[in-house]
Amino acid sequence: MHAARRSSERPYAVEISGLVKRYGHKTAVQGLDLRVETGSLTAVLGPNGAGKTSTIECCEGYRRPDAGTVRVLGLDPITEAAALRPRIGVMLQSGGIYQAIRATEMLRHVASMYADPLDVDALIERLGLDSCGRTPFRRLSGGQQQRLSLALAVVGRPELVFLDEPTAGLDVQARHATWELIEQLRADGVTVVLTTHLLDEAERLADKVAIIDSGRVIAYDSPQRLADGTRSQDSIRFEAPSGMDLTALSTAVAPGCKAVESAPGSYRVEGEVTPDTLAATTAWCAGLGIMPRNLAIEQRSLEDVFLDLTGRELR
Amino acid sequence: MTASAEPVSSRVPAGAEAADGGGKRATLREPGAFRPDPRPAARSRMILAQASLETRMLLRNAEQVLLAIVIPALMLIAFSAEPLGTVTGSSRIDYFAPGVLGAAILSTAFASQAIATGFERRYGVLKRLGATPLPRWGLMVGKSLSILAVECLQAALLVVIALAMGWHPHGDPFAVLLLIALGTAAFSGLALLLAGSLRAEATLAVANFVFLVLLAVGGVVVPLDKFGHGAQSALQFLPIGALTDGLRDVLQHGSALPWGPVGILAVWTVAAIAAAAKTFKWE
Repeated sequence: MHAARRSSERPYAVEISGLVKRYGHKTAVQGLDLRVETGSLTAVLGPNGAGKTSTIECCEGYRRPDAGTVRVLGLDPITEAAALRPRIGVMLQSGGIYQAIRATEMLRHVASMYADPLDVDALIERLGLDSCGRTPFRRLSGGQQQRLSLALAVVGRPELVFLDEPTAGLDVQARHATWELIEQLRADGVTVVLTTHLLDEAERLADKVAIIDSGRVIAYDSPQRLADGTRSQDSIRFEAPSGMDLTALSTAVAPGCKAVESAPGSYRVEGEVTPDTLAATTAWCAGLGIMPRNLAIEQRSLEDVFLDLTGRELR
Repeated sequence: MTASAEPVSSRVPAGAEAADGGGKRATLREPGAFRPDPRPAARSRMILAQASLETRMLLRNAEQVLLAIVIPALMLIAFSAEPLGTVTGSSRIDYFAPGVLGAAILSTAFASQAIATGFERRYGVLKRLGATPLPRWGLMVGKSLSILAVECLQAALLVVIALAMGWHPHGDPFAVLLLIALGTAAFSGLALLLAGSLRAEATLAVANFVFLVLLAVGGVVVPLDKFGHGAQSALQFLPIGALTDGLRDVLQHGSALPWGPVGILAVWTVAAIAAAAKTFKWE
């Protein structure tokens, strides 16, 4: 693996410690720490205004930190920008492209800033942009604009890419094409840092998920382990005649489990789901001669974890 | 377009696309296609690419072409053919050609550049280019080269029209080039001062307004002495007044390098570029 070879050079592609970024009186990032392993794919999640873009833009050299240190590929993004810029790929959340330019023309232009860029025609084809023809950028569909923006981020064969909401506004086909490309980047040894609002995107793509809220990292782990950490909140659901004895059911399953009838005839046994608790639930029903219908195990998703950590109120 | 639709036989081993001289087309689906290998292009190549793109974008924009090429050409033809009663003495074309040349430079280096840069800033183009290996100073050099390229086009067209209308230019070509270079630098500084601090729409409005006012009072068509003695002494200190004065001194009257206008333009250049450098916001 190229990723393995690169990781022997420098364990972390991005090292942020104690990052503070203020805009006037508003503090967007307050003491954020994050280390991104070389060759990994990190998804940065967080509600709107949590400080995701500010953090990424400090890494890209667009923002000067008010405090703390940021090192990207071992370099300071502000003072060593000239050395860093050629090595990173940037996809902005929006814009960044001349309104009247054609897709191929823009991609060719950015490619001309690199000594050995990717084959522009192949990249155009890979991202399905060959249908854009001579259409100016402002008249491309939102999906085409997003994919062009992604192409610009990778055309220079970067070691590290920052993708700010790469699939925002894409239709299902385009989202899958984008995911495939991002997975291929990672497999080819490119370190990827992306922000997203899509929990399933993070769950599918990311080695590590960093959840940011109020300018701090409040959780950082693999999506699996983040969800596993709250397994005690899983549940078994089934349907059966209403009015069953909930106390008896709770006791029969396991101490610490709690059975509730959430709607008439809809039961939920809350607590850590194990083969034993599942068997105990069905055995209890069997003892009463009742068939538990639509039996299902509800495992907490990354989305549940995210909502627990960041709260449910709208921002 | 899906991965499975790609025939396996067309896949190219990693690295082969560079080695086999393009015999087989890379599809970027082969393993290692995105293997990192970032290297910046030579600076001269980046800057030339930027200059070339900016020139093409400018010439593709109908309004900009109208402002930069069609209007100055029409001004030259209309004013030189029709007596306005404002010009006496030497032939009308000898008076108007330097003035319209000044107007063409004003339109490209100031109005066009301010408007284009304002919208590039608004749409995040300057920000995005800032993430490529092209240094910011390189972006500015690219812009300047593009302005010079368009000015060459303008000047060639205007000179051909003027010569066809019987223009007899005088003076030292070096003095003319120096005046044009200084005028371009001064107007560019003012354009970037506007574009780098105001919103794009405000830049558009202010640039067009200032352009029209300067056309009217800058000695392009109406000689400065027609505004009265007091006004003339003020107007000749405007960059456009200094540029048209200087160009006429050389091209119409055959003077040597006119130090007055050169000095005025130099002061504007230094002041405008210093102010723009201090206030310019990239996004």
